[in-house]
Amino acid sequence: MSENINSKYQVNEKGYYGQFGGAYIPEMLHPNIEELQQKYLEIIYDENFQKEFQQLLKDYVGRPTPLYFASRLSEKFQTQIYLKREDLCHTGAHKVNNTIGQILLAKRLGKTRIIAETGAGQHGVATATVCALMNLPCVVYMGEVDIQRQAPNVKRMQLLGAEVRPATSGSKTLKDATNEAMRDWIANPTDTHYIIGSVVGPHPFPDMVARFQSVISEEIKQQLNEKTGKENPDFVVACVGGGSNAAGAFYHFLDDEKVQLVAVEAAGHGVHSGKSAATTQLGRIGVLHSSKTLFMQTEDGQVVEPHSISAGLDYPGIGPMHANLFDTKRAHFLSATDDEALKAVQLLAKLEGIIPALESAHAIAVLDRIGAKQNDVVVLNLSGRGDKDLDTYIREII
Amino acid sequence: MSNRIKELFQQKNKNILSIFCTAGFPNKNDIVSILEHAQKNGVDMVEIGMPFSDPTADGPVIQYSNTIAINNGMTLKVLFEQLKDIRQKINIPLVLMGYFNPVYQYGVENFLNDANACGIDGVIIPDLPMYEYETMYQQMFEKYKLKNIFLVTPQTSTERIKKIDVLSDAFIYIVSSNAITGGNADIQESQEKYFQRIQAMQLNNPIVIGFGIKDKSTFDTACNYANGAIIGTAFIKAIDQSKDLENDIASFIKKIQA
Repeated sequence: MSENINSKYQVNEKGYYGQFGGAYIPEMLHPNIEELQQKYLEIIYDENFQKEFQQLLKDYVGRPTPLYFASRLSEKFQTQIYLKREDLCHTGAHKVNNTIGQILLAKRLGKTRIIAETGAGQHGVATATVCALMNLPCVVYMGEVDIQRQAPNVKRMQLLGAEVRPATSGSKTLKDATNEAMRDWIANPTDTHYIIGSVVGPHPFPDMVARFQSVISEEIKQQLNEKTGKENPDFVVACVGGGSNAAGAFYHFLDDEKVQLVAVEAAGHGVHSGKSAATTQLGRIGVLHSSKTLFMQTEDGQVVEPHSISAGLDYPGIGPMHANLFDTKRAHFLSATDDEALKAVQLLAKLEGIIPALESAHAIAVLDRIGAKQNDVVVLNLSGRGDKDLDTYIREII
Repeated sequence: MSNRIKELFQQKNKNILSIFCTAGFPNKNDIVSILEHAQKNGVDMVEIGMPFSDPTADGPVIQYSNTIAINNGMTLKVLFEQLKDIRQKINIPLVLMGYFNPVYQYGVENFLNDANACGIDGVIIPDLPMYEYETMYQQMFEKYKLKNIFLVTPQTSTERIKKIDVLSDAFIYIVSSNAITGGNADIQESQEKYFQRIQAMQLNNPIVIGFGIKDKSTFDTACNYANGAIIGTAFIKAIDQSKDLENDIASFIKKIQA
């Protein structure tokens, strides 16, 4: 992980990616955010921090995760497909890369209590896990609706010693859980660190989370070179809710414009069905969760409730880095519907013996339309495994 | 023309009673009569809440009033239409308070222009940070003669409070504790120490305390340390499902002023 990256796609010193980003926080959060802004780079690039972080990624998370050549999938789509197996991380998804980093940061800031928001529960589980590891009390906010549809993850968090608090306001999903976590932080500014789970929120969270997740593309680069002798893939494909796995998978390829970056959003029942989470197609620039970014909203600026079968993509916005990648056309944004994602789950299960998370299945669902040729190398970030979605698969597929 | 907020504080520097009320709550068209009853009963200033779907710094009661207002069809466009002739009836200072996104979508300059045209005196946007205000919007606020009102919290550094004092030209909103709106506790000793610290700074701007001010006792305590106080959540509760706004508002305010 390197500190200084000069890139027009990276955050500037004011916390902006192009016109997106910033820190639109109420005054109550100013001291916390200012402290983070001033210290985060110094802390995470400290030698001891890096040593502890890398050690935990290796011994505890199980990194590096394999880069697997998926031959039957490649045959099916007539191109060369490699799966980056983030689904093999401890806790079942890439989310833990970030929670390990942030809890080490929280400890160095002298914080004694951790809060988090969660949608599907993967970030909540990853946070509860590192809190158990570091012996810190943990409160996870989760929408009441998500608590019902992701019950096994609620139990996991509780087993790990976390308190799961239902968010009962608004749509009772991820955005409301985020609101509740922000409120908790306002009420507990001195002892608490808020581990945001995606590349969203006020600066420096989007950049900090992207840096912790950037281990994904760092490994892809090295592993691909070992396997093929190639410096870069031709395509990197990842699903986007808030965008943390995509940020990590794209990170070290941002400036190599020959690498085509493909971000896949959840189209729900269809982009224009009124039940969708395809932010770049339906959203406009505005300020949500303390960041200027693209999100779905009414004409007068009220946040629109998104829909996706995948709780992890069921978020009305995308992080500011992705908004800028969309705006500058650096990344190509596609979308997949609920049905397409479910079909992709079956495809990967049957062709490769891997049951993906619903989120990651959205990325698989677009493989036929990214324009990859026979000899192109496509790296698909398989961000999570499907265990947590088994109830949905039983109901919808089997 | 002088600003009504500045005139108010010149005429009266103690026990200023300000209320906060979400526009469009409890019914879509209630704001004008709420303002009339508030003024008639001696309220000195009103913060009119502009509803937002995701009010992060507010507690459940104000979020509830925001949800009801949005469901009632309240938008900034509707609000400015309702307030078009408000200065024919109301002479107390009026401040618009709400989150940045609806203002941003309306267009900040359009918003300031229309607010000024209605006779609004000031604006409070809790999630518009000082940096963005200074670099992008301060000149616009000045052009349309609207005062931007900043918040100070127990965590705000002395240095930053001084900067806020320099940037302010109406009053400074002192958030009483590290909490969202609608707290239930009485004012604690630690809060009084914080109020004393602010008081001792002898700021150029008047100060008004809000968050957790809910009854006569908390109002009186706040007024010991500030020029006045703002009551929001308790007022929203008092008019929730009101069948008789005139009576409910009169009796609520009488209890505060008793």
